[in-house]
Amino acid sequence: MDPTIVETVHGRANPLVDPTLSVWGWEIPVYLFLGGLAAGLMILPAALELARGRRPDSVWVRLGPLLAAALLSLGMGALFLDLEHKLYVWRFYLAFKPASPMSWGAWILVLVYPVAFLAWWDPAWLPRRAVLWTAVAAGGALGIYTGILLGAMAARPGWNSAVLGPLFLASGLSTGAALLLLLPLDARDRHALVRIDAVALVAEAALLGVLLIGFASGDRTAHLAFEHLTTRNWASAFWSLVVVAGISVPLAFEALEIRRKLAFVAVAPVLVLVGGLSLRFVLVLSGQASSFDEFPG
Amino acid sequence: MPDAKKRYAMVVDTRGCVACKACVLACKAENAVPDGRTRDWLVEEVRGRFPRLAAENRSERCNHCAGAPCVDACPTGASHVAEGGTVQVTRHKCTGCKACMAACPYDARYVHPDGFVDKCTFCLHRAQYGKLPACVEVCPTACLHFGDLSDPGAEVSRLLRERKWKVNHPETGARPNVYFLV
Repeated sequence: MDPTIVETVHGRANPLVDPTLSVWGWEIPVYLFLGGLAAGLMILPAALELARGRRPDSVWVRLGPLLAAALLSLGMGALFLDLEHKLYVWRFYLAFKPASPMSWGAWILVLVYPVAFLAWWDPAWLPRRAVLWTAVAAGGALGIYTGILLGAMAARPGWNSAVLGPLFLASGLSTGAALLLLLPLDARDRHALVRIDAVALVAEAALLGVLLIGFASGDRTAHLAFEHLTTRNWASAFWSLVVVAGISVPLAFEALEIRRKLAFVAVAPVLVLVGGLSLRFVLVLSGQASSFDEFPG
Repeated sequence: MPDAKKRYAMVVDTRGCVACKACVLACKAENAVPDGRTRDWLVEEVRGRFPRLAAENRSERCNHCAGAPCVDACPTGASHVAEGGTVQVTRHKCTGCKACMAACPYDARYVHPDGFVDKCTFCLHRAQYGKLPACVEVCPTACLHFGDLSDPGAEVSRLLRERKWKVNHPETGARPNVYFLV
């Protein structure tokens, strides 16, 4: 049989039915962005304190864990808006399903709050280093799970990559540092956070590269995911908002600030935040549009 | 209690199907499927170069996979494996988070207007009384077959022994239980 023509007539091309047309709207990318931001704000203040052996001087860095809890609450609000059966939201907390990344996420979210509170409060009766390492672990779990949530789905070739976990964590660290850089900080904290942000951006770029290599060297469904991101539907947003505006330009600004001692400008952190949000939107939307339905049965 | 020994499956004879969509309408009537949604649907595929064309009609639905990704993805246990290895949704446990819809390689699920996620049940409410699913019952060319694959004497077992068959997208690893005779 000459397979030149393949015409498929699908009796189900209906956005109400077909999840490839409508699974998740704006709520999920916004939540994933805020979750990553919260992960960064849990990890960065704790890491700075662990490295220096004393609490950071800037008020806003010390408030980082509380900021994380506040942004996470906003994100959970977006998650709640996405639920179709809102009155049954408590069902998440009557079960723990080890095979379900979303179940892990639901429990990680409630564990972050007490840890964030203790990291900020610093009670004398708790060993400080243990609290800080717990904050790093909780933030890391939060950042990584947001990527695994998408990456674990074999049904969506555009998500199905183990790299999404570390990628979203790196993006969470860079956006977390960027948000702190937009707030009034003392010189030493600013100095440290600009460097951390630059390193996180380099890591994010490297992980994006690994993601694309994984897609390009995978099977036909992975090739399609590669094309969707790099040359087809989502290419313009991916290259302009994520790669150029979100990573390359702010990295150049930060390199100039570090190497040439140029004055700090707010452009770089704003672009990092725009890039982080764009990364979630591009990956969520391109991934859920990818489906085995694109191939004949 | 789910009977672990039973393994319900559907066998679709693509050689007999004329894509009349009686299965779709029977399902909508039997299961009160809301407007704009469907639990089963027709795929008509034409391959080749004119005039040497070959058509294949497939009546598709939830594959009640043996390694169901939707059950793994469900955070509350609403999606679960039930009698005969079928995959079912407990409505009062479903939050409508749509993780199962994203996880389904066959895009077989939809959001019911009442908020829960819904899909084909293999008409388990009929199978429990020894009746066939509504789609199988009405098929005018008798190309839909339903039964228990653990019973070697069942019609579905015999068809899979005697005819050539395939499943949709075996590469997903979901081990689907809807078979297509080719």
